[in-house]
Amino acid sequence: MKRFKTPTASNLTMRLKLFCAAALLSATSGLMAAGGYEGLESSGINVQDIASLQRGAGLFMNYCHSCHSAEYMRYQRLAQDLELPEEMVEENLIYGDREITDYMIAAMPDNSSDWFGKKPPDLTLKARSRGPDWIYTFLKSYYLTDEGWNNKILANSAMPNVLWQLQGIQRPVVETYEDDTGVSHSEVTALELEQAGLQTPEEFEQTIRDITAFLEYMAEPVILERERMGIWVLLFLVIFTFAAWLLYHEYWKDVKK
Amino acid sequence: MSNSETMASLDPQPDKSRRTLLLAGTGALGVVGAGFAAWPFYASWKPSAKARVIGAPVEAFIGDLQPGQILRVQWRGQPIGLLRRSEEMISLLPEIEGDLSDPNSDNAEQQPDYAQNQHRSLKPDLLVMNMFCTHLGCVPELITEVGAQPFEQNWKGGFFCPCHKSKFDLAGRVYSGVPAPANMVIPPYSYIDDNTIMIGVDPEGAA
Amino acid sequence: MAKPASTLSRQVDAVGSWIDQRIPISSFWKAHISEYYAPKNFNIMYFFGSLAMLVLVNQIVTGIFLTMHYKPDAAEAFASVEYIMRDVEWGWLIRYMHSTGASFFFIVVYLHMFRALMYGSYKSPRELVWILGVFIYLVLMAEAFLGYVLPWGQMSYWGAQVIVSLFGALPVIGDPLVEWIRGDFFISDATLNRFFALHVVALPLALIMLVVLHLAALHEVGSNNPDGVEIKKNKDAQGRPLDGIPFHPYYTVKDIFGVGVFLTLFAFVIFYAPEFGGYFLEKDNFVEANPQVTPQHIVPVWYFTPYYAILRGVPDKLLGVLLMGAAVMILFLMPWLDRSKVRSIRYKGWGSKIMLAVFAVTFIRLGMLGVAEGTTAETIETRFWTFMYFAFFALMPFISKYEKTKPVPERVTS
Repeated sequence: MKRFKTPTASNLTMRLKLFCAAALLSATSGLMAAGGYEGLESSGINVQDIASLQRGAGLFMNYCHSCHSAEYMRYQRLAQDLELPEEMVEENLIYGDREITDYMIAAMPDNSSDWFGKKPPDLTLKARSRGPDWIYTFLKSYYLTDEGWNNKILANSAMPNVLWQLQGIQRPVVETYEDDTGVSHSEVTALELEQAGLQTPEEFEQTIRDITAFLEYMAEPVILERERMGIWVLLFLVIFTFAAWLLYHEYWKDVKK
Repeated sequence: MSNSETMASLDPQPDKSRRTLLLAGTGALGVVGAGFAAWPFYASWKPSAKARVIGAPVEAFIGDLQPGQILRVQWRGQPIGLLRRSEEMISLLPEIEGDLSDPNSDNAEQQPDYAQNQHRSLKPDLLVMNMFCTHLGCVPELITEVGAQPFEQNWKGGFFCPCHKSKFDLAGRVYSGVPAPANMVIPPYSYIDDNTIMIGVDPEGAA
Repeated sequence: MAKPASTLSRQVDAVGSWIDQRIPISSFWKAHISEYYAPKNFNIMYFFGSLAMLVLVNQIVTGIFLTMHYKPDAAEAFASVEYIMRDVEWGWLIRYMHSTGASFFFIVVYLHMFRALMYGSYKSPRELVWILGVFIYLVLMAEAFLGYVLPWGQMSYWGAQVIVSLFGALPVIGDPLVEWIRGDFFISDATLNRFFALHVVALPLALIMLVVLHLAALHEVGSNNPDGVEIKKNKDAQGRPLDGIPFHPYYTVKDIFGVGVFLTLFAFVIFYAPEFGGYFLEKDNFVEANPQVTPQHIVPVWYFTPYYAILRGVPDKLLGVLLMGAAVMILFLMPWLDRSKVRSIRYKGWGSKIMLAVFAVTFIRLGMLGVAEGTTAETIETRFWTFMYFAFFALMPFISKYEKTKPVPERVTS
């Protein structure tokens, strides 16, 4: 089932795709801002980068999937789209007695809510309901206080920082200010890396970028195919429209001004 | 026709060749486009990924199946019968071949190559068969008693369809002169071990 | 060689006339297509009628195929949409064609309606064309709302909650009415089931019927044009308008070109921006409906936001609902509010031109305020534009009657 493409063809498709993406971004960036959250970093993901998705899938299985399900996603689909052999996925990515055709249900038992206070949410569609930038910034924004883990983007998140060994430990920079009525507020304005992790900050950014890219893919697996084929559909329609334009002008020669 | 005279608003061009060419070209593109657009709608009727997962191969344990006993399982929504035939049943198979319409299973559609033999199975004793009658899809009854039956004097055991009286022998081969046109269907299957059958998967090397 | 061909063509003709004596296909074709004379000076604004037909067909065809896989059951609806997106072959494309089609339907219809406002297409003798069009618009809004509930995401659910609650603003009958619409004490499986039936059967039937009537009324009186000149006034000896051209082939080829441009834009959104930044498919609708938790930022889909802004800007429930209803219903009165001697904006005075431009800005601005957070400043601005919205209609009888218009030419200009 593997697709082989000549490098030139894939280059061309890629360039056309990038062009489309750029045109779209400039056209809608103003609109996009409306529905967003404040203070998010750009995730910088490329969902068409299969290698990034493969790394992201591995990270997801290791760090997320033991607690979080992806109840609309099948392991098999993942293997197919990410160009991974099914046997490899079965051996390395699927834990327990799950079949390759199963939905990705977490290994955690149903009483998991006892551990975290609430059931870890399903992640299949998270990238569509929150957006990739949110996920990326969220994963980056954990900090440790005396009370335990907290998150700058999602305060009092029930989830601990599962990636802390990679990231290291961040401490909050807290600023206190008084509002007009004299009530004092304290706000986390920045995060400082106090103890280095196994990865450099740049490596860690790539790690969470891979996870984010994978979640973006998982929220809409067809995105890979959709963006690849769209350019051919558009190309066809442009040719058709041009032919129709010629035909229209040919007929309209008859019409007196 | 009174309306054939040119309208005041129009001044038809004498040369129509370019027009014809463009009409044909745009029309052809339109037809191609419509074809492409129709494909997804056609394809959406095919078994979905979910249906294909549910239609995945099924395992059946036959270790405790006694001679003359039939085990029924479902595969892709089809009733699959696993019949253990006794030595006597197997020995009777050649005797009625004169009454059958396709005794040698020449119709390749009805069974995989590895079941195109007298007993229509991988091993002579175990018959693995889709239980739908090839006439209109009823499920024939298994009647193992040998001897005269209301529907057949010279009955050596076999399957009898209650809907339209079609008759099949114990290898699912159809009798001549009944409504059913072909032998009953043998699905692809293989042995995982002596006691376990996998329905829906060909034996290795037989694909 | 010639003889058999002519025999064949004679046989084809014979079959043709046999059919024609029994069902009026060719006279229908003539009356509405090949000898329907449309003004020759249609401009770009005249593409949107045929495009609206195209989108209607798209919605019906894709909709039929979606019902084959969708489950109108509160327990299964959300998952069945994901099933369409993931497991059904090409299901994602059919779904995106339908969801994007809904938004494009409104884009096309809004432009089509604006065209009518520009060129006075609602004025005598086209009052019924306009009124039937407003009915189409009303049914379309109901259809879009009901369809938006079906994916059973958070926005589906809470959108339904809010819209159905609007009926609760009515005195006395409000609460029992809301309960009756829901078929339960909250938005539930029963509600989803009946909304599904209305969305896929009842309203499409009404819509198709109204479209047929809209076209029948149009073809009875003939099309208006950017000059607002009645082309039927100047006819040739055979009774054909001097400024008219047969719809087929001239406008069919022109509309096919329009269809090409439209489909290119349509495909671009489907393949590269199906969510359109959260405007065509809202982010929160990718979370399954939860009757216990309202999303933080709940706004309707973009095409309802101008009216939603009006509703939100009024500090009284009943008054807000009434004002929102009035904002739509007032469209019915257009043919009688405009008392100008001329149809087209081209020959109206400055007053009308400024009013129409301000109205366009008003509508867009209200739409933008409808998706905003709703701060105090925004609420005040919303009230200003709400006032401007109604001012357009309230001032029209006076401005259109007393302003100085330009002379209208005898024939259409090109």
